[in-house]
Amino acid sequence: MLENAQSMPTVLYVVAAVLFIFSLGGLATQETARKGNLYGIAGMVLAIFATMLDAQFMSWNPTAQVLVYGSIAIGAAIGAVLAIRVAMTAMPELVAILHSFVGLAAVFVGWSSYLHPHGGQASGAAFNVHLIEIWVGVFIGAITFTGSVVAWAKLNGRVSGKPLLLPNRHMINLGAVLGSLILVWPFIEMSIGAGGVSAFGFILLMIMSAVAFGIGWHLVMAIGGADMPVVVSLLNSYSGWAAAAAGFMLSNDLLIVTGALVGSSGAILSYIMCKAMNRSIWNVVFGGFGTDAGAAPPVEGEAKSADDCNQTDAGEVADLAKNAKSIVIVPGYGMAVARAQHLVREFSDGLRKKGIEVRYAIHPVAGRLPGHMNVLLAEAGVPYDTVLEMEEINEDLPETDLVLVIGANDIVNPGAETDPHSPIYGMPVLQVWKSTDVIVFKRSMRMGYAGVANELFFNENTRMLFGDAKDSMQAILAALTGKAAA
Amino acid sequence: MQLGVPRESCPGERRVAATPDTVKKLIKWGYTVVIEAGAGTGASIQDSAYEAAGATIDPTGDDAWGSDVVFKVRAPLALSGGDEGEDTHEVDRLKEGAVLVSLVFPAGKEALLKRYADRKVTALALDQVPRISRAQKMDVLSSMANIAGYRAVIEASHHYAGFFAGQMTAAGRTRPAQVLVIGAGVAGLAAIAAARGLGAEVYSFDVRPAVKEQVESLGARFLLLDVEMGEGESAGGYANIMSDEFIAAEMALFREKAKDLDIVITTALIPGKKAPILFTKDMVEIMKPGGVVVDLAAEQGGNCEVTEAERVVVHDGVTVIGYTDMTSRLASHASQFFSTNLTHLLDDMGRHDDFKVDLEDIVVRKALVAHEGEVTWPCPPEVEEKARVAMQPPPKPEAKKEVEAHKPAPVAKSGGFMSGLITAVVGVAAMFGIGLYAPPEFMQHFTVFVLACFIGWQVIWNVTPALHTPLMSVTNAISGIIIVGGILQASSGEVSLATLLGAVAMLVASINIAGGFWVTQRMLSMFRKEA
Repeated sequence: MLENAQSMPTVLYVVAAVLFIFSLGGLATQETARKGNLYGIAGMVLAIFATMLDAQFMSWNPTAQVLVYGSIAIGAAIGAVLAIRVAMTAMPELVAILHSFVGLAAVFVGWSSYLHPHGGQASGAAFNVHLIEIWVGVFIGAITFTGSVVAWAKLNGRVSGKPLLLPNRHMINLGAVLGSLILVWPFIEMSIGAGGVSAFGFILLMIMSAVAFGIGWHLVMAIGGADMPVVVSLLNSYSGWAAAAAGFMLSNDLLIVTGALVGSSGAILSYIMCKAMNRSIWNVVFGGFGTDAGAAPPVEGEAKSADDCNQTDAGEVADLAKNAKSIVIVPGYGMAVARAQHLVREFSDGLRKKGIEVRYAIHPVAGRLPGHMNVLLAEAGVPYDTVLEMEEINEDLPETDLVLVIGANDIVNPGAETDPHSPIYGMPVLQVWKSTDVIVFKRSMRMGYAGVANELFFNENTRMLFGDAKDSMQAILAALTGKAAA
Repeated sequence: MQLGVPRESCPGERRVAATPDTVKKLIKWGYTVVIEAGAGTGASIQDSAYEAAGATIDPTGDDAWGSDVVFKVRAPLALSGGDEGEDTHEVDRLKEGAVLVSLVFPAGKEALLKRYADRKVTALALDQVPRISRAQKMDVLSSMANIAGYRAVIEASHHYAGFFAGQMTAAGRTRPAQVLVIGAGVAGLAAIAAARGLGAEVYSFDVRPAVKEQVESLGARFLLLDVEMGEGESAGGYANIMSDEFIAAEMALFREKAKDLDIVITTALIPGKKAPILFTKDMVEIMKPGGVVVDLAAEQGGNCEVTEAERVVVHDGVTVIGYTDMTSRLASHASQFFSTNLTHLLDDMGRHDDFKVDLEDIVVRKALVAHEGEVTWPCPPEVEEKARVAMQPPPKPEAKKEVEAHKPAPVAKSGGFMSGLITAVVGVAAMFGIGLYAPPEFMQHFTVFVLACFIGWQVIWNVTPALHTPLMSVTNAISGIIIVGGILQASSGEVSLATLLGAVAMLVASINIAGGFWVTQRMLSMFRKEA
């Protein structure tokens, strides 16, 4: 019966597409987010089933069955293990590496589709279009793959976060892209000449793939570690476009719809990130950020050292915290690195029990992934209604008694508002310096990712607490509870 | 230097110009502080508290009056209770050259100002401090208006024989009291907050549409008129006199609203003029019996037609309160605020060691009503002008423009239009090209693609930023939909390079799907709301 139902797969595709839209819609609020994820899973299961119907799985030969079921089972097992074992702090890396898989899959599907077009070989204009679709799909997929791998390596420190700036890098990129585009002509000519698959055409496809792999690698290598959130969301977008391109080459509307959804999602996220840093997307992608600071006069702050700022110890911080009425905690990547979020939660819970208002302020680009800090705080069990966004908290900061900056730097830099020569000038920042007291947890006087000196550290109302954020937090907790017992 | 705080002699005045806290501060600055015995009684501050703070108690008051600097709430009065022409006057208790800081309201008090000048007293009128942001901490009118607004609600509740908040009990239910606050200045906003705090339903009206937001932020509803309002706000944040048409519409609105109202609080004042009548006799008559009107403008003639200053009258079953001493009825905190405003002014004038009457200081110059034997009120026009300018929001400084030129990403800005144009042109050209050459099947897919992009665009904007990481991982899992391509390719025939490539694609895509969904679920289950 199922074999006869020709329209069945299409109907299921529509349902799956709708489920995916619901899934993304569900993520709008925390209350509906979990349901959203379940919609996504349902959509995916349905999509896979519909595809198998489409490919008439009832009549598959055993080899095809082994191939399909086997690879799905192995892949799913690997994915599940990755997902279970990943630490929340390593989430950016995981997301980046997962993007690379989509890119890789798109490349393979493209190659495979060239060798053996699904639904038979087309002819005429349709064949031309098909070839272009393959070309584009493989191109985007390849860039996504290597780009994501590099982003992953940069995020987990396997590759230095510093931008790699080859001379004439813009020309290299431009040449590579143009070259790839031009190669499509001989590719089409060869293939049409051969009436389908041509060995030389396949070699051209391979060459282009290699070039695109190179572009992806080079593009992301040239971007500084601080911009990784943008890069990751941009790659998220690419992975969607790659899927959409695969949909075109396979004439599969579900792939197109889903790819477009993901593509626009990533594009919006990148846009939001860029806005939060007051930079254009081109500036991020081609910027080589923090390198043209040489044009600016040397900042005074650079000459200053740890001796010029007020240092403090855990005991003093505990005293300040106990006597404050309202406290705002600004977490940054340093908190993630030190895995201090659980201790920070314990600290805020303890103070809240004493009737002190403790809130968290999240800058849009804190951490290495959009919303990264929110996830970490959620993992530690911080209620999300005490976690506020930059716009919500900035106006309250002047009335705040104490701000704890834990492993954040550029996002609390007053230079972004006052120093026109600063590379981050114009970026909206958390105005922590307006509060009565500021404590900055820091490992050393090293600069933030943007490579900019931070005047905040030398302010009169700022005190520095040097050391690993986790150790510092532990000491503060000890001081707090110790005194409470005495 | 010696600073004296005499007892207030005006009947009904319970505030005092210094509290133990401000006395401590003054002594720290270097003053010797003398307080007349019983000065703080009205505000529940005992002499011993002043003594504990370091002040000397002066039983007769002569010493306090004879200080170098004298803090008072009200301006000095004629001693025998007679009029300004009498010979014995409190001003004569001041020593020559002394500095007196108090409320004055100099308009129409030429005789008093002349007395100041004759006595060679330097007199500063707190009520004349300009409303500029620097002087906010000395703005005694605002701090007192805040108190008056709160107290107005408390007085109203005292005379109102019902609940403010609605009740739902086994013994029946009551509706929340309907409160109208006319004039949403400092006093009006304080009244709104207090009435809301008691649980009433609060409406407010003001001629300045700009205050709508403030009113609504306190949980009250802002009544709007259909008439063109124009600029209701003058420099300094006070309301202007309005056109006849406007007033007619306003009256109609109040008359319409009156039948539902339990409490009306009027706070409309126009500086230096008689208060406008906004709530007429017939509106009071329309109100439900048992209703209460509190007229905070009573001293300036009242906003309500039946108000009698300093008295409570009942008109047609509605109680109309015209107390003019609302702040004295909250004497303890009023004194605290008042004395803090005073010390801020002294702070501005150089505290103790650097104390001087700086005529260049716009705040001091505006407040100064008599100095070195001259009456210095009203201010010369150029000072008025300076104060008026200071009240306006500061124009953007020239330096800002220069800074603008240094902005790091000017390309993004200036190129915005051009790049937008180029994108549009390229887009149109691409569309045209596609339309010319693409086969119909492709067009069908293309339609789907474009529509899906738009849906994605619409849906994603709703996602809260806190969920961006889960969003990314779920979209990531969803982009594993590429598995569909893998399945189609892997199942398309006998084992070949093509099917093997498809299988590998499926494998990596499955990693994505399983990993992405799983990790999203893990993350989402961690988000919790405070119980």
